[in-house]
Amino acid sequence: MLRVRDSRDRAAFASLFAHFAPRIKGFLMKSGTDATTAEECAQDVMTTLWRKADQFDPTRASASTWIFTIARNRRIDMLRRDRRPEPEELTWGPEPEPEQSAVLEMQQESARLVKAIAALPENQRKLIEQAYFGELTQAEISQITGLPLGTIKSRIRLALDRLRHAMK
Amino acid sequence: MTQTQIKHHLDDATLIGYASGTLPEAFNLIVATHLSLCDTCRAQALAYDAVGGALLDNTGSEMSADSLARTLATLDDGFDAAPVATATGDLPVPLLSYVGGNLDSIKWRPVGMGVKQAILPTSKGATARLLCIPAGTAMPDHGHHGKELTLVLKGAFQDDDGYFARGDIEVADKDVQHVPVADIHEDCICLAVTDAPLRFDGWLPRIWQKFARI
Repeated sequence: MLRVRDSRDRAAFASLFAHFAPRIKGFLMKSGTDATTAEECAQDVMTTLWRKADQFDPTRASASTWIFTIARNRRIDMLRRDRRPEPEELTWGPEPEPEQSAVLEMQQESARLVKAIAALPENQRKLIEQAYFGELTQAEISQITGLPLGTIKSRIRLALDRLRHAMK
Repeated sequence: MTQTQIKHHLDDATLIGYASGTLPEAFNLIVATHLSLCDTCRAQALAYDAVGGALLDNTGSEMSADSLARTLATLDDGFDAAPVATATGDLPVPLLSYVGGNLDSIKWRPVGMGVKQAILPTSKGATARLLCIPAGTAMPDHGHHGKELTLVLKGAFQDDDGYFARGDIEVADKDVQHVPVADIHEDCICLAVTDAPLRFDGWLPRIWQKFARI
């Protein structure tokens, strides 16, 4: 992902495509999109990734997470769902890049989250999936408990604090 | 935008709805506005995005053989980067386009007792309005048929649940009956979002409600 962002490396893009495009397509199909449309959208999402790569901040999100947000927004557009304003952008601006250790910690934390979610009881995991595939009402979403987010949240919070400091 | 000490935060169900992209526009707007002011909730929201990333990792399917080649061919087609807006006044960035400017651009309409409101243009599932409550004024006692989120942008108000200042958000549902009173020091400007009409106890507010579309 960083090679795509920093060197506009097409070979790196091709390997990201091989990894993520089928996942995006699968995700959209689980959200009720037909295979043909899901495939087109997966290509759009990958194109958006190439174009917006400079907005990717590896201390705040893993590549999977960042790509998920692009796919989610594409799904909203496609279904002509309600507009979804974004919070004010926080950017590193002219400041130097964050430390490599912060990037590495975020990657490890994201991998840990994938495992923790896989280890949840079946019914709990199903509920979370349904929420993200857009199948639950707000009342049903409020039944979701016990998501193991403590550590990833504090990592993200540290990254935000550093960013606020750099913006001053 | 400066970070103040925020004590009242968003609930998890709303943040999950925001991460999954399933909220009505008015709720998305108030979440984005609160996240612009509150890094605690922004971190929580990004953690819920990470849950989405983890689910994406666990899905899969197959792309057709020529899909990569077709995508590579379109990568460098012209595209416009969206301009990045920054806040200059009291209104957080997400509200700027809805108001068409800053605080002084809001088209207030009086709704009685010195209270003014401006309904923002959002889709039908829920209503977003800016409210300006004169310093020291009490809003009528009301309950809720659905969910009401109230975010303070300027000034402060007090009710049974506590004291709410800039950036604080009150989450009220069917169980909450309250009388918010604006702080005496300055007029209180809030963003309020509801997915159902409020429930007023007095007959006078109920008539007023018909006119004010609250």
